[in-house]
Amino acid sequence: MSTVTGVSATDDPPGPDGRTPLRGVSASTGRLGDRLFGGAATVSGVIVIATVTLIAVFLIVQAVPALRDNQASFFTSREWAPGGDTPRFGIVEFLWTTVAASTMAMIIAVPFGVAVALFLTQYAPLWMRGPAAALVDLLAAVPSIVYGLWGLITFAPFFKPIQGWLENTLGWIPLFSPTGISGGTILFIGLVLSIMVLPIVTALSREVFAQTPLAHKEGALALGATRWEMIRTAVLPFGRPGVISAAMLALGRALGETIAVTFLVSSLPDGAAWTWSLFNGGETFASKIANNAAEFSNPNKTGAYIAAGLVLFVLTFIVNSIARIVIERRKAFTE
Amino acid sequence: MAKRIDVSDLNVYYGAFKAVEGVSMTVEPRSVTAFIGPSGCGKSTFLRTLNRMHEVIPGGRVEGKVMLDDQDLYAPSMDPVMVRRTIGMVFQRPNPFPTMSIYDNVAAGLRLNGVRNKKTLDGIVEQSLKGANLWNEVKDRLSKPGAGLSGGQQQRLCIARAIAVQPQVLLMDEPCSALDPISTLAIEDLINELKSDYTIVIVTHNMQQAARVSDRTAFFNLKATGEPGRLIEIDETTKIFNNPNEQSTEDYISGRFG
Ligand SMILES: Nc1ncnc2c1ncn2[C@@H]1O[C@H](COP(=O)(O)OP(=O)(O)OP(=O)(O)O)[C@@H](O)[C@H]1O
Ligand SMILES: [Mg+2]
Repeated sequence: MSTVTGVSATDDPPGPDGRTPLRGVSASTGRLGDRLFGGAATVSGVIVIATVTLIAVFLIVQAVPALRDNQASFFTSREWAPGGDTPRFGIVEFLWTTVAASTMAMIIAVPFGVAVALFLTQYAPLWMRGPAAALVDLLAAVPSIVYGLWGLITFAPFFKPIQGWLENTLGWIPLFSPTGISGGTILFIGLVLSIMVLPIVTALSREVFAQTPLAHKEGALALGATRWEMIRTAVLPFGRPGVISAAMLALGRALGETIAVTFLVSSLPDGAAWTWSLFNGGETFASKIANNAAEFSNPNKTGAYIAAGLVLFVLTFIVNSIARIVIERRKAFTE
Repeated sequence: MAKRIDVSDLNVYYGAFKAVEGVSMTVEPRSVTAFIGPSGCGKSTFLRTLNRMHEVIPGGRVEGKVMLDDQDLYAPSMDPVMVRRTIGMVFQRPNPFPTMSIYDNVAAGLRLNGVRNKKTLDGIVEQSLKGANLWNEVKDRLSKPGAGLSGGQQQRLCIARAIAVQPQVLLMDEPCSALDPISTLAIEDLINELKSDYTIVIVTHNMQQAARVSDRTAFFNLKATGEPGRLIEIDETTKIFNNPNEQSTEDYISGRFG
């Protein structure tokens, strides 16, 4: 598809010396409407960038004093005792839980969501496509507390025997070794998160797949592609940047999901042994902060939590940057 | 590898709408057959029934018989995918796969056929691009995106893609209508070369083009909008352009149409 070249802040008419307004034919770009729109777009862009920067600055300013007082290694310590005279805190456990649960969620939700989107756009009978798409969009808007409730009341009892079975058969793999915890394990949280983000991945992927130009699809079919081969040669390459964006949005949501996770998670007792098992409990960044909002009594204690929040912020930022790089790298090939 | 197409009594539908009615014709192997006729008379529709692309459109349906030599293309046991691998198609607007390089575009059909050997692919890609008169222009940038070529080059790339799988028949729906006169000439020359190996059917609105490239010409017409299109006559191109049997052909060719 041709890329849309919208009016952007940098599209201002370039005068001979960068200042003189253009006359004649090109002067149309200097009309009132153009200038208003260009101005509004610039202001909005600046506001967004300023907001993000200010949030980052706020987090850093609040976190630095606490980090300076920290007696433990912030990135590798498993202790969490902020505040007091000798504060000791580290985030490695939240980092692991957050990343493991979100990765879990992505591994399940992305392929499954893409498959559902392909079904809805390429395989489903015509009469079904509209209503099913509306339903998926609706699911994407369900508040996360509903998924939390559903996870606790319906899914947890159902999952318990499955976890038992997994521990028995795959327990020799460190990732699946039994820990004695059932209920809000990392794997369970990951599953609930995957169900929560599935509609997001599906809705956005469906949107891009449905826009695959007919010319590309017919080009593939005319070469003697089966339907699946046509999807592979025309639909998937066309939708790839959209699917990556969808996955990143979903991952962003999974990483930062608070209510459902806080609701479900089994927090670990102090001094519990480290394990790589997905059947362990543990707090994510978001749930740890939410669970302890009552502790924000002195600035140093608060600073520790904000430092944890900052790591989550950076994590999301890195994930998005990687996605952008992946999309940009193939840009020449998406016309 | 060229084969003869025999169509008998073909009706083509879009849902309940009958777009083409009662077409019978023979397309001779190793020759170029041109389809001409006013807009909306069903040339594209009919062309797309020859490689079973018509049924890709929801509601698209065909009655009648299309034989490729002694194979019935619409026999229940016939796989449309196999039909399309035997009968290639070039579209009105060049449609290279935008996410693929020039090389991969040409190799796409071969890969679908399970050809993986790099040497074989290299050989056929080069040969097909040479066959489409594009090799010299792109040989130094085979790994660049196909969408970065000019319109005429893209269309020749699409022809290279179609001939890479060595089809029996090549269908072209107004392949030059989006191109400048020079690219058009390049493609007409190419058609002239290709016809020694392939059976070619070309739809065109350009009378001179039909006269220049085709051996036989079929004239389609429709009585009124909403009526199905019909084949009026098919004959040697010189006959159609100089001394057609039907008055309406004469009118259309001499521009007295409508
Ligand atoms: N996808 C479609 N759905 C329904 N009707 C269609 C569709 N495509 C074409 N038709 C109808 O079928 C008839 C024949 O169309 P077709 O495209 O075959 O004409 P054509 O001879 O190729 O015209 P042109 O020279 O303008 O390309 C027209 O009445 C057209 O409206
Ligand atoms: Mg047409």
